Amino acid sequence: MSEDQVDRGRRHFLLVATTVTGVVGAGLTAVPFLASWKPSARARALGAPVDADVSKLELGAILKVTWRGQAIYVVRRTPEMLATLTTPAVVDHLRDPQSEESEQPGYAKNDSRALKPEFLVLVGVCTHLGCAPLDRFQPQDAELGATWPGGFYCPCHGSKFDLAGRVFKDVPAPTNLRVPPYRFLNDGVIQIGADAEAA
Amino acid sequence: MSATETTKGTRLGALVDWIDARFPMTRFMKEHASEYYAPKNFNFWYYFGSLALVVLVLQIVTGIFLTMNYKPSAEHAFASVEYIMRDVDWGWLIRYMHSTGASAFFIVVYLHMFRGIMYGSYKNPRELVWIFGMLIYLCLMAEAFFGYLLPWGNMSYWGAQVIVSLFGAIPGIGESLVEWIRGDYYISDITLNRFFALHVVALPIALIFLVIAHIFALHEVGSNNPDGVEIKKVKGPDGHPVDGIPFHPYYTVKDLVGFVAFAALFACVLFFAPEMGGYFLEHANFEPANALQTPEHIAPVWYFTPFYAILRAVPNKLLGVILMGVAVVSFFFLPWLDRAKVKSVRYRGWLYKAFLAAFAVSFLALGYLGLQPATPAFTNAARIFAVIYFAFFLLMPWYTRADQTKPVPERVTYDAH
Amino acid sequence: MLIKKPVLTFALGLMLGAALPAGAAEHGGLLQSAHNDVGNVASLQRGARNFVNYCMGCHSAKYVRYNRLEQDLGLSEDQVMKNLMFTGERPHDTMTVSMRPGDAAHWFGRTPPDLSLIARARGTDWLYTFLKSFYLDPSRPTGVNNTMLPGASMPHVLWELQGYQKAVYKGESDAEHNAVHKEFEGFELVQKGSLTPHEYDQFVRDTVNFLDYIGEPMQLKRQSLGLKVLAFLAVFFLLAYFLKKEYWKDVK
Repeated sequence: MSEDQVDRGRRHFLLVATTVTGVVGAGLTAVPFLASWKPSARARALGAPVDADVSKLELGAILKVTWRGQAIYVVRRTPEMLATLTTPAVVDHLRDPQSEESEQPGYAKNDSRALKPEFLVLVGVCTHLGCAPLDRFQPQDAELGATWPGGFYCPCHGSKFDLAGRVFKDVPAPTNLRVPPYRFLNDGVIQIGADAEAA
Repeated sequence: MSATETTKGTRLGALVDWIDARFPMTRFMKEHASEYYAPKNFNFWYYFGSLALVVLVLQIVTGIFLTMNYKPSAEHAFASVEYIMRDVDWGWLIRYMHSTGASAFFIVVYLHMFRGIMYGSYKNPRELVWIFGMLIYLCLMAEAFFGYLLPWGNMSYWGAQVIVSLFGAIPGIGESLVEWIRGDYYISDITLNRFFALHVVALPIALIFLVIAHIFALHEVGSNNPDGVEIKKVKGPDGHPVDGIPFHPYYTVKDLVGFVAFAALFACVLFFAPEMGGYFLEHANFEPANALQTPEHIAPVWYFTPFYAILRAVPNKLLGVILMGVAVVSFFFLPWLDRAKVKSVRYRGWLYKAFLAAFAVSFLALGYLGLQPATPAFTNAARIFAVIYFAFFLLMPWYTRADQTKPVPERVTYDAH
Repeated sequence: MLIKKPVLTFALGLMLGAALPAGAAEHGGLLQSAHNDVGNVASLQRGARNFVNYCMGCHSAKYVRYNRLEQDLGLSEDQVMKNLMFTGERPHDTMTVSMRPGDAAHWFGRTPPDLSLIARARGTDWLYTFLKSFYLDPSRPTGVNNTMLPGASMPHVLWELQGYQKAVYKGESDAEHNAVHKEFEGFELVQKGSLTPHEYDQFVRDTVNFLDYIGEPMQLKRQSLGLKVLAFLAVFFLLAYFLKKEYWKDVK
């Protein structure tokens, strides 16, 4: 009887040890399969940083470039446009004026949401359902009313953003337009996709 | 049936009962595992059935992941394989698993078939188990052939060219049949695309169904064993065969040992010799398909070479194709060709043993000769071995009857250790 | 027991059959061993430089990305840009050539093949011997021929390094100076190059080493992972084996 009990203990130990080893082995085997779904070297190559030449961009104009399949808006803001960003008429109506809830690199978490206030770089994807917001830079737009300070307007569901991509209250979009990582290679070239700190 | 002793009264037990009232889960587990009584005297040769199942699962899983990045087009196929090998994270591992698995599948299946022949596992009442098994083997050959074109290397291309051309030997319809298979006037993008569909959808489905049928038929009649004794003849007071043990846990733990040993051998090839000296992955297949340049040495992958050697040994094209087909199909008739009263080689006489040994040797020799260039000496050797190969089947009704068999014991032979 | 022997024979047969290098005998013993080492990073770096400077004028390695070389060859992005990239590619680009395929076919008679997989298709020994086997042959448009690939359309790109050699045969020629029973004996250097024969061998070895590496860039990783997997399986095997023994004590 005592021999039988020793056997049970040994059997139980071996069963548990083998099962645990088997499960660990199966888990480790699954890793390469799951990891094969990560962006491949080609996807990473195609998603590598892109350069936008802004030396010829006029004041108040927008340039659109593609990075990782998304439209990137580069806007060269005039002093008048920048001035709207701090007026109470705009700031009081923003949902997230300090960009606390929104996605942007640390260096773009300021009033102008930019490395250099003159150049605004945004991901042109509405944070509501992914449409492409239109640029409506002229104040008092016929469609958007006399109080419109200038900014972006999403045609799909009517979300509105100011000239720093910050979302207004009472529209469907929950957060400000995203700012991608970017840096200035020189005064005239912005590289999108590489962080400024890394420079 | 209801929940087992340990789960009775618990929430898990209640769940099991709930399922069992709607789906025969517990009954299924019992019939095929915990109350499937298998002979206790299985030896080394009995690992290969469960290993074949393991490799099938491996091929299906790795195959699914390969299709996620492979492109079945003449323009992109070769590059997409290199994309998997280089750009996809761990893609190389998945691809090598699949390519090594293909060869492993045939090694395991050939050993499994040889076991069946050696112990007479095809004999009454297991004829259908054997027939389903042979159908699996045919599907496996088709699966391997279609899959071999997919990397679109130069050997893929010319291998497909040669094998598809075999159908051209059929009188009258041959040429139009070949065009129909290719869907073009040469092996092209169109051919690749349809081979891809067959390789990843049609044949895997057929294989899975046949494997299920194979196992169901086996569990209906019960497993044979190295003694060729029917264990159901001697039953204990509990109604179970006295020489039988429940598949689970005894054979699940035993097959686990076999699986880990197999996995170690598999890993040796996978990680240290994935090309296996050019036999698992051929050198010429690292050059893209080129319709203008045949590789210097063209031979099928090793698992087809016994039949390829027979094809080449016959000077007439049509007859060669027919004999090659017969060489494969002969296996189907074993249950009716074998007239011996005993099943296992253990109780057969020297005559059968001599024929079986000569068959095994000629199969291996033909496999070797099929890889070599067709020099006159090699072709003559292939002819001799082909004659022995066919003699094994054709003369079987005679020598199995004439053979001096030994008396078969009532019970299986087994030494507890 | 009766069964053990055929198992071993079969398994051994497979192993032995596989171990024989396929088609090694076909070059009549001309093949020289490359003795390259993919683990030698310095050799790979030299090989990469050689490849870019001498091969990539015509041959691409279109499946190889420059930034992969950074990781595997222990180079910085700056080093790769300065030493290996000349025509404004970006680090994640693959090693393609700017020569148009049509031009190449026009100049050489055929498009120079991509070399990403050449080491896997031909073998390192073949490549090593090939690069050492150009000899003067006025009957060829390039002025040279190659014993490993007779009628090669590739010119002797490395002649400034190796110099020129001629092939030496033993055996007689017939009246028209066509050698009939001639048997290749070796090469004889007729014009010195900038490298000594020993340095040239090393140059070729580094280059072949690089080709070996780009044929299968993950090969070192594959082997080191293999050892870990085998170690794991050894532990698993012991546990499974003792578990089986334990359960089978029931079987009398």
